[in-house]
Formats: sequence, C-alpha cells, structure tokens
Amino acid sequence: MGRYLLRRLLIAVPSLLGISIVLFTVLALAPGDPFGELASNPAVPPEVRAALRAQFGMDDPVLERYFHWLAAMLHGDWGFSFVSRVDVDSLIWQRLPATLFVIGSSQILALLIALPVGVYAATRPYSLFDQIANTLAFIGFSLPTFFTGLLFILLFSIHLDWLPFVYRSDLSATGFSWWWEEFRQAIMPVAVLGMFQGASWTRYVRSAVLDVIRLDYVATARAKGLREGKVVLKHVVRNALIPVVTLVALQMPTIFGGAIITEQIFRVPGIGSLLISSILANDTPVIMAVTFVFACLVILFNLFADLLYGWLDPRIAYR
Amino acid sequence: MAGSTPASLTADAGTAREGLAPQISPALDAWRRFRRHRLAVASAVILIGMTLAVAFGPALWPVSINDIDFTARLQPPGPAHPLGTDDLGQDLLARMLYGGRISLAVGFAAMVVSLIAGTLVGAVAGISRGSIDAALMWLTDLFLSLPQLPLLLVIIYLFRDSLKAVVGPEGGVFILVVAVIGGFRWMPVARLVRAQFLSLREKEFVEAARALGASTTRQVMRHILPNALGPVIVAGTINVADAIIAESTLSFLGLGFPPDIPTWGRLLFDAKDYLDIAPHWALFAGAAIFLAVLTINFVGDGLRDVLDPRRVM
Amino acid sequence: MQERKLRAMIAQVKDGTMSRRAFTRQMMALGLTAPMAWLMLHHAGVAAAEAKFEYKPTKAGGGGPLKMLFWQAPTLLNPHFAVGTKDQEASRIFYEPLAGWDAEGNLTPFLAAELPSIENGGLAKDGMSVTWKLKQGVKWHDGQPFTADDVVFNWAYAGDPATACVTVATYKDVKVEKLDDHTVKVIFPKPTPFWPDPFVGVRGMVIPKHLFADYSGAKSRDAPANLKPVGTGPFKFVGFKPGDLVTGERNPDYHVKNRPYFDTIEMKGGGDAVSAARAVLQSGEYDYAWNLQVEDEILKKLEESGKGKVVIVDGGSIEHIQLNSTDPWTEVDGERSSIKTKHPTLSDKAVRDALNLLVDRGAVQKYIYGRTGIATANFLNNPPRFCSKATRWEFNVDKANQILDAAGWKRGADGVREKDGKKLKYVYQTSINEPRQKNQAIVKQACQKAGIEVELKSITASVFFSSDVGNPDTYPHFYCDLQMYTTTMTEPDPALFMNQFLSSEVATKANKWQGRNITRWRNADYDKAYSDAEGELDPVKRAALFIKMNELVIGDVAVIPVVYRPNVRGVESKLKLTLSGWDNDMYMVSDWYRET
Repeated sequence: MGRYLLRRLLIAVPSLLGISIVLFTVLALAPGDPFGELASNPAVPPEVRAALRAQFGMDDPVLERYFHWLAAMLHGDWGFSFVSRVDVDSLIWQRLPATLFVIGSSQILALLIALPVGVYAATRPYSLFDQIANTLAFIGFSLPTFFTGLLFILLFSIHLDWLPFVYRSDLSATGFSWWWEEFRQAIMPVAVLGMFQGASWTRYVRSAVLDVIRLDYVATARAKGLREGKVVLKHVVRNALIPVVTLVALQMPTIFGGAIITEQIFRVPGIGSLLISSILANDTPVIMAVTFVFACLVILFNLFADLLYGWLDPRIAYR
Repeated sequence: MAGSTPASLTADAGTAREGLAPQISPALDAWRRFRRHRLAVASAVILIGMTLAVAFGPALWPVSINDIDFTARLQPPGPAHPLGTDDLGQDLLARMLYGGRISLAVGFAAMVVSLIAGTLVGAVAGISRGSIDAALMWLTDLFLSLPQLPLLLVIIYLFRDSLKAVVGPEGGVFILVVAVIGGFRWMPVARLVRAQFLSLREKEFVEAARALGASTTRQVMRHILPNALGPVIVAGTINVADAIIAESTLSFLGLGFPPDIPTWGRLLFDAKDYLDIAPHWALFAGAAIFLAVLTINFVGDGLRDVLDPRRVM
Repeated sequence: MQERKLRAMIAQVKDGTMSRRAFTRQMMALGLTAPMAWLMLHHAGVAAAEAKFEYKPTKAGGGGPLKMLFWQAPTLLNPHFAVGTKDQEASRIFYEPLAGWDAEGNLTPFLAAELPSIENGGLAKDGMSVTWKLKQGVKWHDGQPFTADDVVFNWAYAGDPATACVTVATYKDVKVEKLDDHTVKVIFPKPTPFWPDPFVGVRGMVIPKHLFADYSGAKSRDAPANLKPVGTGPFKFVGFKPGDLVTGERNPDYHVKNRPYFDTIEMKGGGDAVSAARAVLQSGEYDYAWNLQVEDEILKKLEESGKGKVVIVDGGSIEHIQLNSTDPWTEVDGERSSIKTKHPTLSDKAVRDALNLLVDRGAVQKYIYGRTGIATANFLNNPPRFCSKATRWEFNVDKANQILDAAGWKRGADGVREKDGKKLKYVYQTSINEPRQKNQAIVKQACQKAGIEVELKSITASVFFSSDVGNPDTYPHFYCDLQMYTTTMTEPDPALFMNQFLSSEVATKANKWQGRNITRWRNADYDKAYSDAEGELDPVKRAALFIKMNELVIGDVAVIPVVYRPNVRGVESKLKLTLSGWDNDMYMVSDWYRET
C-alpha cells in the first residue's frame, strides 16, 4: 500500500506537467486577447495595447511563455492578472472563503439528502416512498440550476420577501447576527446546488444499494437475526459505497472550481465566477492558475478514491 | 451475487415458478421480462409517442417556427396557439415540436457517446493493470480538469468551418454538439465502471470463470460488465438530461445551433426572464425535458432487468 | 445645416429666444455631441445654464448606506488603467477630474476653481493653450494638500508610453506647466479646437503624486495605491475585491459643502442585468443598478412593484447595421474584404436603398427595445422630436421591391433576386445578445419578402469584439456582407467618433485590422471635410463640417442605423440623483441623496 501510494504520487508529477502543457496550449490557441476592449475604444491608440502586450510578455513564443510560467510556478510565483494587475494568489485567496462555505455546504447537503433517501428508497423498491423520491429526483436533475435558482428568487425573495438574493462578502453585522445574516444569504445558493447534486446522487445510491441488498450474504445476516437497521448499515451500505465514493471524489474538486451558474445568479464571489470572468476577459494567468489547482485537486481526490476502494472492499488489490 | 436483484418488484413476483417453464428464445424471453415492468412499458410507450410527435408533429401542425407576429406576443395557451406564444409571437407548439427533434436526438446521441466512451475506457482500465490503467486514468483526469469554456472556443475556432464543409451546416453542428457534450461527460462513467471492475474482478464468480479458463474478453463481456451496468444506466439517464440542458448553453458560445433554431433547453433559457410574466413559456419546455428524463429512466430500469445475467426465471 | 444657420441659432440662444437645452438637442440631432454644443456657446460667451438638479440635504452625512449593483464588476481602481466603463465608475467614487460634463453637456468644475474662457484669459486666442486655476484648500484623503504638482505629475505619468495608460492619447502630445501652486497651463502641439480633454471627464481624473511618483513607467503595476485609492472625491476608500466589491465611506473633509449625503457606499459586481434590475426595481434590496440592458417589457413589469423606477439618460449609442463595401467572399493578397475589391451586389446603391427600407425599426423599437432603443434614421443622436422630416426612416417592403425591380434585380426560381448571375444572398452577423438575435430575425423576415435571402450568424461577444488578428470572426475583419453592433459616442469630442469613415482608417490586413473604418466605405469629400475640421478653431465652422460628414455617410447608405440606445439605469424610488450621458454615472455621486 505504501509503495502503491508512492508510485501513484510519482506518476502524478508527470501527469500534472502533461496537463499543464495541454492547458497552456489550449489557452494559447484560444481566440481573443485581454486588451480586446481597448481595441474598440477610439481614444486608446494601438500603441498602448502593443506596449501592454510587450510589458506582460504576451508576444513571446508560446514555448518560452510556458517555461517562464513553469519556472515562476515552481518558485511559488503565480503571476498576476492582466486585467486587474493583482497577484493571482491573492485573487484566489479572496474568493476561497465564500466558495468553500457555499459550495462545501451544498455538497454536504447533497450527501445528507442522497444517502438516507437513496438507501431507504432502495430497501423498499417501488414503494410509495421510492416512487416519490424518484420523481423528485427526476425533477431535480431535469431542471437546470439557472431555472431553479430563478424560481427560488421569485418565490423567497420577491413574493415572500424572506431572503436576500445578492450574496455579500462584507456583511457589516457582528456576532450572532453576522452568523444569522450569513446563513440567510447562503440558504438559496446552497439549496439550489445541493438539491441538484443530491437528486442525481440519490439515483446512484439507490442503484448501488439495490445491487447489493438482495445478495446472499445480506440474507445470511438477516437470518442470523440482526436487526434490519444494522443489516443495512453494516452489510449493505458499506458494500454499496464504491460508486458513491467515486462520485463524491469526482465532485470534491468542483468545490474549488465553483459552480459557475449558481454563483452568477446569486452573485456569490466564488472561484467559479472568477474563472468565468477571467475566461471572458482572456485573462490567461488567472485561468491557468485556477485550472491548474483544479487539476491538482482532481488527481488528488481520484487518488483518495482509489485508496478508499481498498478500504471498502479489501479484496481490491493495489498492484 | 451482484446485480441479481430486479429493479422492479413487479418483475420479482412469482419468478420462482416460471423458472420451470420450457425453453423459449432469448429475445422473446427478454421481451416477456421487460413487459412485466408496467412502468417501463408505459414509459416506453410515452417515449415512442414523444419521438413520433417530434418526428411527424411538424407535418401535422404546419405552423412555421419563425413566423413573427407582434400582435400575438406572450399569449397564454389558446385555440390559435395550443401552447401559447413567446415574446416575438412565435407559436410555441411548433417550436416545441421542432425543438424536440434536436433535443431528443442530441440527448440520446450524447448519452450513447458518453456511455460507450466511458464504459470502454473504464472497462479497459479496470481489467488491465499497471501502465494501461495509469495512462487511461491520466486521460480521464486530464479531461476532468480541462476548463471547458476556452476549450470549446478553440474547438469552434479550429473545426467549425471544416466540419461544415464536409457534412453541411446542420449535420456539422449536430456532430460537433454531440461530440462536445459526449466528450465532456464520459469521465464519470469511466471512473464508475473502473471502480465496479476493480471490485468485481476479484469476486468469486469471476475467479471461478478465470479458473475455468475463460479468456479476459469473455470474463469482461459475460461476467463483469453486465454486473457493472447499474451505475452506468443511471449515469446514462442523467446524461440525457444533462445533454439536453447543456445544448442550450452551447449556442451562447456560438457552438450550438443558431440562436433562431429552437430547442427545449434553449426555450427554457429564453423563458426564464419571463417567468413571472408568461409562465406557460417555461412550463412546457420544462415539462417536456422532465417527461423525457422520467421515461428514459424507467425504460433504463426495465432494460437493466432484461439484461440481468442471472436469470431469475 | 449651414454655418450661417448655426450662428443664427447661437444668436437666438444669446438673446433668449431659444433655450440652451433646445439648442443642445438640435445639435445632437445633427450628430454633434452635447459638449460640442456647449463649446460653441461657451465661445460665443453665452452664460452657462443654471444647474437643474437641486441638492436638498442641509448637512453632510446621515444618509446611511448607498448600495449599487454593477453587473460587470470593477477589476481595478486606477483611472489611468481603467479598461472599461465599470473601472472608470469605480475610480470616480474616489478620484475627481478638474472638470466634468453634466447631463446637458455643460462643462462643470470639480477640482478647478473656475472654467477657463477667453474672457478670463484661460483660453489662448490661438488655441494653443489652456490655463486652469485649481480649487484651493482641497485635501487628499490622507490629509496631503492637492496642488498643481499633482496635476503636472498626472500628465507626466499618463503621457509616458512605458506606463501604458489607456489615457495616453490625451496626454502624450500636450505639455503641462506649473505656473504657481494652484495654476497649471496645458500647452497643445497645434491649434486645438476641442480643448476640454486633458484633466476633463472620464480621462481627466487626477491621482496623487506623493503615492504614485515612485511607480511611473514600467513599475506602474507595483503601486500599492492601484488597489487602495487615495483621492479627493466624496468617499474614502474602505475595501476592494477585484471582480466583486468596492466599498467606501464618507469623506468628512470633502471640499464641497454639505456633501456627500450618504455615509457609506458599496459597489457590488457580478451577476446579470435582469437580476440586477430585480434587486432594485422589484425587491428594493439595492438602490441603484447600472446599465440595464434588459427588454423593456421586463423592466415595465418589474417597475409595477413600485420599489424603484427606470431612469433613462441621453447618451450616444447607435445600434446600426454596416454594409460591406468590399467583397467578403474573395480573397486578395491573403485577406477577404480587401479594399481592392468591390462588393458584387451591395455596391449597387439600389440594393442598399432597398435594404434601408427593409429594416423595420418601428417593430424593433416597439417590440424589442421599448424605451431603451428609439428608432432612428440617422447615424446620430436624435431624440425623436428633433428628427427632421427629411431623414425619417421608413419600413416599406413594396417600395423596396419596386426599387429592386427597377434596378433589374429579377426573382429567380427560388424566389431570390438575381442579376447577371449574382444573387442577393447575404450573411448577416452580430454578437450573441438576445435583442440582437431578435433584431436579426425581424430583418431576415422582411428581406425574405423582398426576395433577399439572409443567413444569420451570431458570434460569442468575447470573440466578436476581440482584436484577434488570426480570428476571422471579429467585427474588424468583417468577413461577411452585413453586421450589426452598437457604436458609442460617449466621447465628448465628435472627431474621435467620426474617424471611423476615413479612408486612411480602413481596417486591413496591413494594419492588423486595427483601422477604425470597418465598413471600408471611402469618400474623398468626407476625408476633406474631416481634415478641415481638425484644424478649424471656430467651433461653429467645425460643427458645420461634422454635420456635412454625417450627411455624406447617411446619404450613401454606408450604414443603416436601427435604434438609438440611451443609457438605462434602475433607481430606488426615493433616491434622487443626477446622471450624465457625457461623463461617468458617478461624476456627481457627491450630490445623490435620499428623499425622506
């Protein structure tokens, strides 16, 4: 296991390098430049753009730019944003708390919905509960978040006037009222994201538990006279968790990557909105940094998932 | 053994007795088993109905999808416009029918692409070990971590015109949309299939098959893959919904179908700002996507039972 | 419009038979800017109009928070680097210019003690220099005094090409001298008719020397004050998160008495225009929403809840369709739409006239833009009541058919007109933007009825408006027959706007498509009028030349104007404010207050 881990980590290094090369190439090929807006402004002479491009090293050959970026990255220098001229790492740090809070809570909410509902529905397939849960789940992932988000705003902010729909990162309140305000403004984005995610996870959990629940060993456990709850928790769920772990591991990096549409609707200053605005502004250093961290997390969490498989099912060998 | 449970109780009833029935052809047998899922059958009927409606509907309801009529804007459903009109006074029934063709076709095609690619990568990675597994998982990680938006812009930039030249504008866009949507949604399937494979390949029945000298291909095709299909089918059905919605966002990048061509996702997107003025606009598009997803799911459940390798009869 | 008529009108304003406002409107209807109209009156010695906006609070502060939503978030706070309007607006909360333009186009002093004029000796008769007297006793937010040194520094800072400021064009050719601690002289390299440019309006904001002096030239990015502005404005800096939020608090030492009314200010960015409108008009969560590019239908519905109202400010944006005068489908020397070619069908004036008749501006206004886009026949700013009868737009499919029939364009078997084997088939492109796609659909349908086939193409805005040399889909490439976008005339000096029809400005491969003339329309009379206007010191003669240029462009159907688009803002019901289409929205944020 130790050797396996070491080998996987060693493989991760060239993987990341490869990914960074692909990322850099894609960004270099992509159309548009960060000073495009200046081009349509008659008051800005083209020389300014040329000077800016030269100053930011954008006219160097792609390969040179890549090695420049790599060398700086290895020194912990993430570069600076072409658009706001701020260091990229400070931009990311500013966005991290809101992202972790909102997206993290939504993933927890999704798990809190998916695990109990999925397991319970699977233990009683085609019962009334199962049918209702399934139908709600289908509604959940048939409706895109841009739609449910708006529905929530219309209902809770405009008709009922209960909740604010502009997320603020600088709440002026302190103490308990700060927590209360923070909670109130996070409810809608967390619910929209959590329910969308929870809906599809519920289906996966249900399917995974169904695959296991009528196996012989479960019948044996029941025959031994174990209580149903214990059978389900100890014998069924653990064995059904492999697909669930896979999905959660796939999803975790997006906590960092953010949920672009939901962040946009509720104006949550998360990393997703940073990424999308950088992409629209062709702000390459920011895109590169965010996606690269994202890639690291993808690799890391998938490695976690692989390690967890072995714990969930000891027969899976690390070779 | 994994995968032995029928997804439906209706199928489960009285299976023990019928197991003694005389031999019948596999196709007939499959049909008989599928038929027992009342929900699956009903769903299949509705799904076929929807497909027929979008295929032949435009012929039966010959109203142009692009006729602008400013005197009949945002009208609720009525005799002239059974599903009402949008903000340009275009007939929503005609647009729903026409848009359904694209949405259903894109949804299915993208699902098939993502499932085939995902299952293939996941199965190969799961059954082989060492470097092949590592390489394939690297590929998966790469695709997972690529930022989609710039990549899409690059793809449009590089391939749109050349594809248009080869297969014509509509076909080119269709291939591109399906490739892009499918191409960005196979990774979870691959990881799910691989995870199932890692566990299943160590199970007794596979070991037994191996001990009996079954080739790797046979182990995979006959023993492991059918047992790993549960999450794949779920993923497939979720991908249909995903693809129908994703198509609508693609046209904002200039990649999808031109903005004047309606699709269900697009109708829903256009309607969202008018939700409190003309709710009917969003209602039908949302309901159509939901119905498609619902029926595909139930058919999927039925199919899983049919394909179940352990004969319950 | 002749020079003589202009002079007669100025005389009318002078003797009071014509209102200042009416004169300004007339000038705008003729394609001039309001500041240009002001300049003419100022030169003629007509006294400035009294400010229409009444500031009621009797003391500074006590107004609580002012919360504003900008769906495009500010990304930097140095006015000399402000890439977009959003950055200028955010900077304007903290920084001020010497003078700015009000809603009527009048120059209004901020950091200047008085406006330069010929009478007070501020303006040189030869048009070679302007002398500004600075307001005394103004302090930067950190307590340092504001002096002529700061003004001179801004010129040196922004004029240095190595600093790469977006304001460089304003400062690089002039010279600025300090006469005494509160007087500066701006010296122009040649006679300059439009002198209120350096230190005025959006490009005139002044930054403090003592914080930026060490960061001139290539080191400009490292200045800490880029992110923590210290200005002279009504609000002091509190916090900034690029792309999200700008916050400020009342400046207790503000140099204008009893201002500002609000205690804190917040500029929240992100999201989309529709939900910004909802937050102000429907839920009242915010006080002000910037640039509501939303269908009027939705705005009206949102206004019904009574929490806020839509405020429409005259500005100068024209949504227009450009007709390619070169052939976009033939490649010459590695470029399409080369000026060595002629468009096979659009070069026929009859076809252009027909197209002009096929754009149903009335429907576009009525059903798409409503109050936010007013049908126009001119490539000019014209509020409808000042639109002359002669230049009325018309939508008439029959007449278009007649024109095409008369010109020999016969319908083929497929219903598409053709002549000499050339078919009237066009590709019509624009950026992806809901109203634009609807607009395209309306034009396409009308063209169909006249036997013109139009293929619609829409390109994502970040590509369409980029300057990527390698991408054929950008608007300067214009690799299609028709294209539509909005061109803005917020520049107070019309010269910057009108250079987009100069022969020398044609966008070509040789200049990497950076030329401003996208339509590739060329006209010797126009070029002559433009060069005459450049050196013309008499603002009236200069105005007459610009009017002539406008007529040339419209008369030849080089472009088809569709709607004039004023600026649309959402404002909470009790908030009283003054906005100008010729300056930033925040130019007078010091005077905003809430009625109690």
